Amino acid sequence: MFELLGISPYGLFGQLLIGLINGSFYALLSLGLAVIFGLLNIINFTHGAQYMMGAFAAWMLLNYLGIGYWWALLIAPLVVAVIGVIIERLLLARLYHLDHLYGLLLTFGVGLVITGLFRNYYGSAGLPYPTPGGLTGGSDLGFMFVPTYRVWVIGLSLVVCFGTWALVEKTKLGAYLRATTENPVLVGAFGINVPRLITLTYGFGVWLAALAGVLAAPMYSINPNMGIDLMIVVFAVVVIGGMGSILGSIVTGFGLGLIEGLTKVFYPEASSTVIFVVMAIVLLVRPAGLFGRSG
Amino acid sequence: MSSAAASRHPGSEVLLAVKDLHAWYGESHVLHGVEFEVRAGEVVTLLGRNGAGKTTTLKSIIGIAPQRRGSIRLMGRESVGLSSRQVARLGVGYVPEERGIFASLSVKENLELPPIVQTGGLTSGQIFELFPNLRSRLTSQGTKLSGGEQQMLAIARILRTGARLLLLDEPTEGLAPVIVEQIGRMVAQLKQAGFTIVLVEQNFRFARTFADRHYVMDQGRVVEMIPSSEIDTSMDKLHSYLSA
Ligand SMILES: Nc1ncnc2c1ncn2[C@@H]1O[C@H](COP(=O)(O)OP(=O)(O)OP(=O)(O)O)[C@@H](O)[C@H]1O
Ligand SMILES: [Mg+2]
Repeated sequence: MFELLGISPYGLFGQLLIGLINGSFYALLSLGLAVIFGLLNIINFTHGAQYMMGAFAAWMLLNYLGIGYWWALLIAPLVVAVIGVIIERLLLARLYHLDHLYGLLLTFGVGLVITGLFRNYYGSAGLPYPTPGGLTGGSDLGFMFVPTYRVWVIGLSLVVCFGTWALVEKTKLGAYLRATTENPVLVGAFGINVPRLITLTYGFGVWLAALAGVLAAPMYSINPNMGIDLMIVVFAVVVIGGMGSILGSIVTGFGLGLIEGLTKVFYPEASSTVIFVVMAIVLLVRPAGLFGRSG
Repeated sequence: MSSAAASRHPGSEVLLAVKDLHAWYGESHVLHGVEFEVRAGEVVTLLGRNGAGKTTTLKSIIGIAPQRRGSIRLMGRESVGLSSRQVARLGVGYVPEERGIFASLSVKENLELPPIVQTGGLTSGQIFELFPNLRSRLTSQGTKLSGGEQQMLAIARILRTGARLLLLDEPTEGLAPVIVEQIGRMVAQLKQAGFTIVLVEQNFRFARTFADRHYVMDQGRVVEMIPSSEIDTSMDKLHSYLSA
């Protein structure tokens, strides 16, 4: 069959694997955006910078403190999340009574500042990060070669994505989040601390972005611009999935990664634009996105 | 004013005292010095035609009216400057006019959403005794319930929390007569159980059966206080205030 189509199984499955890897990042990042948007009604344009900070934090931990990947996976996202919480408390919280556009502009500006600072100190050349011991190498399955680290990334992303979904849909804290998304005033009138819920949510969304950054560190070169190109695609994913939908982000993230991978096999010329073509079609047919609630 | 209340509830403390309450929505000044008080264990209604300021009064008490000034003493504490979260934590339960059932939450999640603010709230068993319909619907989406059931749910969820003062904004609005009766019986039971209730209600004939006193609002003021026993002799006055 593969011979008939003129492609090798290694090429096809290799691209599918890359599609899943990209999809993991799309899903993690758009999930963070969705969580934040649901509660704050702000599109967090700092997200790409926070992803980059996750990767840099892992690099700094290793190079300045000698702390390796596994601890970095734990520490780096938390540190970046705490910085996110400070940004939310200090800056974003002052804008909630204004039009959402101000929040968007603020997060955009903060993203530019952070990216600029890192560019100033570290330049634009990529920094290397070693693949963690135990996850190096890979295995040849006969029809494809599977690098171990990539399997780990896909697996962890799936766990984190569905863990987040369960947290929001199945827990008491999630019920608070959903209720606050619908009617924050009433939730506050029940005696629930809505501002704290919002801060925690922003911190969690940032944590997801930074976690994706740490996962990316051993695979891609770490540089201040690493979030920029990726986020352009991720925003398209968010638009396709539907603003603020948790499940939508996950399914659309992985799905579009796969579509992108397949396009690379069958029509490579379109691989970098296919997501935007999908976005245009979805916008025409279902403006609220595939999983969005219209109105 | 308070003599009638004192006669029904001698010696019971004033749980809520509103004095010279003003409220605004942006530029528009909608409450102009509202005054009334409610004693522990009383059921008091706020009557008045559409736009009189009943909802805004309840919103001011719970702390979600955008701008308010004056004095609201709750459980002996000045609360006009508190956030709604702090007011709720004093033991105030609020049922908004639009009921506020959350579509993305199941009935059970809706029921359990408001946190316990004090001890002494109703247990689940007691709640299902009052609202038997809810027990079989716990896994349904909150907004899939009928209007009457949603109203029951909106009331039920603040009974768990230990709130002693309940603010109910038109719980019978738009409901079938059978349901209205059921809600009437339920309010009477809650009164028996010692809850203090401020009820916004259009139908005073219905409310007189369980309410102690009625405050009539007009154009952002309380213009009249009528004990339930004097409803019959005050009919003309009431009609002139309530007719559109
Ligand atoms: N969100 C708002 N913005 C501006 N004006 C408002 C708002 N809500 C109410 N008003 C105005 O404030 C006044 C009082 O309204 P309120 O809702 O308190 O009346 P009400 O007595 O509860 O009426 P109803 O019986 O219709 O519920 C009305 O004139 C109304 O138009
Ligand atoms: Mg009203």
